[in-house]
Amino acid sequence: MSEAVFYIFAVAAVAGATLCILQRNPVASAMWLMSTMFSLAAIYVLLGAELIGILQILVYVGAIMVVFLFVIMLLNLTHATSDMRGPGTVGATVVIIGLLLIELLALWRYTPRRLAAELAQAPVLADPATVFAAGELSRQEAAARGVVGALAAPLFQIYLVPFEITSILLLAAIVGAVVLAKRKI
Amino acid sequence: MTGPTFLGPALGLSAVLFSLGVAGVLLRRNAIVLFMCIELMLNAVNLTFVALAQLHGASGYIMVLFVMTVAAAEAAVGLAIILAVFRQRQSVDLQNINLLRG
Amino acid sequence: MTFIHAVWLAVALPLAGFLVNGALALWRPRAKGLVSVVGAGVLLGAFAVSLGVFLELWREPPHVPIVVRLWSWLPVERLQVDLAFQVDQLSAVMLLIVTGVGSLIHLFSVGYMKEDPGYARYFAYLNLFVVFMLVLVLGSSFPVMFIGWEGVGLCSYLLIGFWFTEKANADAGKKAFIMNRIGDFGFLVAMFFIWRTFGSLDLAYVTEHAPDMLLPGGAIVTAITLFLFLGCTGKSAQIPLYTWLPDAMAGPTPVSALIHAATMVTAGVYLVARTNVLFALAPLSSTVVAGVGALTALFAATIGLRQYDIKRVLAYSTVSQLGYMFLGVGTGAYVAGVFHLATHAFFKALLFLGSGSVIHAMHHAYHATHSHDDAQDMRNMGGLRRYLPWTFGLMVIATLAIAGIPPFSGFFSKDEILAAAFARGGDIPVYYLFYAMGVVAALLTAFYMARLMAMTFLGANRTGEKERAHLHEAPWIMTGPLVVLGVLSLAGGALNLPHFVGGHAALERWLEPVMEPGTKLTRLVMPEGSTEYLLVGAAVAIGVLGLVLGFRATLRRPILPARQAPADTGFGLVLNRKYYVDELYDAVVVRPFAWLSRVVLWKGVDQGLVDGVGVNGAAWVSRLAGGGLRLLQTGQVGIYVVLFLVGALWILRAVIR
Repeated sequence: MSEAVFYIFAVAAVAGATLCILQRNPVASAMWLMSTMFSLAAIYVLLGAELIGILQILVYVGAIMVVFLFVIMLLNLTHATSDMRGPGTVGATVVIIGLLLIELLALWRYTPRRLAAELAQAPVLADPATVFAAGELSRQEAAARGVVGALAAPLFQIYLVPFEITSILLLAAIVGAVVLAKRKI
Repeated sequence: MTGPTFLGPALGLSAVLFSLGVAGVLLRRNAIVLFMCIELMLNAVNLTFVALAQLHGASGYIMVLFVMTVAAAEAAVGLAIILAVFRQRQSVDLQNINLLRG
Repeated sequence: MTFIHAVWLAVALPLAGFLVNGALALWRPRAKGLVSVVGAGVLLGAFAVSLGVFLELWREPPHVPIVVRLWSWLPVERLQVDLAFQVDQLSAVMLLIVTGVGSLIHLFSVGYMKEDPGYARYFAYLNLFVVFMLVLVLGSSFPVMFIGWEGVGLCSYLLIGFWFTEKANADAGKKAFIMNRIGDFGFLVAMFFIWRTFGSLDLAYVTEHAPDMLLPGGAIVTAITLFLFLGCTGKSAQIPLYTWLPDAMAGPTPVSALIHAATMVTAGVYLVARTNVLFALAPLSSTVVAGVGALTALFAATIGLRQYDIKRVLAYSTVSQLGYMFLGVGTGAYVAGVFHLATHAFFKALLFLGSGSVIHAMHHAYHATHSHDDAQDMRNMGGLRRYLPWTFGLMVIATLAIAGIPPFSGFFSKDEILAAAFARGGDIPVYYLFYAMGVVAALLTAFYMARLMAMTFLGANRTGEKERAHLHEAPWIMTGPLVVLGVLSLAGGALNLPHFVGGHAALERWLEPVMEPGTKLTRLVMPEGSTEYLLVGAAVAIGVLGLVLGFRATLRRPILPARQAPADTGFGLVLNRKYYVDELYDAVVVRPFAWLSRVVLWKGVDQGLVDGVGVNGAAWVSRLAGGGLRLLQTGQVGIYVVLFLVGALWILRAVIR
């Protein structure tokens, strides 16, 4: 059952992405990207990362894409003409994407067992449960303290320093954006 | 949920989305659309992190959080730059933004 | 501390003199008094040291050279060359000659160069020359000798071109230096051969081991000696590298006396005498040496017959007498060669200094009347006996010495050489030819010397009415050294009086330990008894005949002053123009080299290759590469992204595999 759901949302995501990159109108591109992000949020929930899914919608769709739309409206780009590159670039793109896909689709066949075996470097397929103990731990944590609670401990204990640095990063971004967008400095 | 699910397909989907993002970056001349395709790529990476977080623990989710934060900051600053460039050149077509030509 | 161990002082004193005079030349050129004291003083000091060394050796003559080591100069694995001086009988003789005659000439120069603005510079160079000459004769190994060898060439260049503001003088200096360098090449090649054969460049070592390590008459020893002799032809002005010496007369006369008569040009003879064992092992080379010497003696004598510049006559005379010395050492009579070296130093220096007195007087006379006539042309002289009596008398002594009239010194030395050549003829018949050439050269020597004396001092004076009043004898500072040299020219024969006049052949016995390695192998048997008397008689007769013929031929017709004199014709012109040898060298050697330098090396290599390909080419390649790389910087973000992704793909590939 959940497989079917997964595949539906996967197809929706791919379709959204394809249309995003092919649309002439930037507003349309933005809309399709939002749809892709919605699909992805659903997939996150399916994968057991409910918090991430919600955050995806709140932050990505609700904030970032809205800013994009603001800027598009501000610059009045709604009536853009085609801005695809020439055939040369299309050819090069096809080649590159082809190579990329060939490289990466090798990942489709991975199962946890196989991954565990590769990581443990054992001739016999190792047990994913023993190799990947951390995953099980996080699930127990989630069961005990809820989805948000499971994230809270690592975030404020192990990853405290990056957390603080990120806040500085955001401050820099704010200041930078304000300064850059002013008409007269 | 018992055990990780959809590992392979999720990774494959991520690969496809990433490739589509790359194609978009290569094919489009509009700066804003280019940016959007970069966001697409970031999303694909997020999907990879989440898929593997089932195996490696909460650190995957933390990474996703940080990626989202950085993406937000980057979007803000990047769009501000595009605004500034638009003011100078009246265009966001990358073909015209070539002052770095050597 | 013994004098022998302080022999380095003999070198250090003139070196100090050079430094002091050099400094004075740069900052206080007018301090002539101090320069005179320092310049001549250091030479007299060096002479004192040389005397001390000689007396100590006299008391206890060594059988092997005493080496005074100063410091290690080239310690390179197998090649171990020290800066060391070697004191033995031969170097003592050379020391005395160089410092003794040198001191006299320094004293002479004090008077001669008094009015010259470059006074301090002159004495600085002269002192430096003595330093290098002493290093040459004292050197205990070939490289140290080579330092001196090159150094005297340098000083010769500096002193010949002393009045360099005249292009002709600078050219003469260049010519001397370059021809010397050709000879130096020969010396170097010989050193390489010696190193290869012996593994050492030490003179004592080579002398000791030569008979064991070299095949007598073999190719290697012949090569070594022939290349060494090439060096000698350059330094001692033998055929084919002699043309620089007559031109070198462009320098001040005392320089000609010291360098081109008494010391530097004798370095070649010294070299052969020092390496006598090598030459004794190579009979072919010795014959070449003797032959070239005899030929040069004759050839130069003929040229001297028709020269009008007094110094030129003496220059060709020097070349000729050097030929005699080489004839002597080539024959195997090494002592005879050195003996002639000593006596020649005395009488040739006297002749040059005497001519210096004459030129000094002529210059004064012409200067006073603002005349532009040549003060050195003998046709402008004549009858100077009345005005320069001392100079005349002393030069007569020298003339008799060079002509080989007993009991003057030149007779004994020249006679010994000719006797040795004759004796060698018994083994190798070609030496009879050399003997004959030597005899003819002796005749011509007497002839041109008589001609010189007659044209300069006898007959009517052609200098001019007004100039005559200003002709006077040189001051005592100049005439004094002449007197000393006159005494030596007269009595110098006592150095090596032969047995048949009751002498003890002192020099022969003194130098025996040094020459023994060579004489042991050459086994020269000097003529005795009736043969000896016959040869002596012949030599004297030739000398007298030459003098008489010379006087008569010169004074037969009145001589006209240079301005009015007719040009030479026929064979006389050929002689006057030195057989056109200089012109020949110019066409055959100089022009092709100049062409090679200009067309091939300058235009071809320097401009074409180095500038064109190297410098400009590098720039062109840079521009090309830069131009190519510039195409990457389009400023188009799209292209950058493509390249970025290509790189990312690459990394991905590397990581995944």
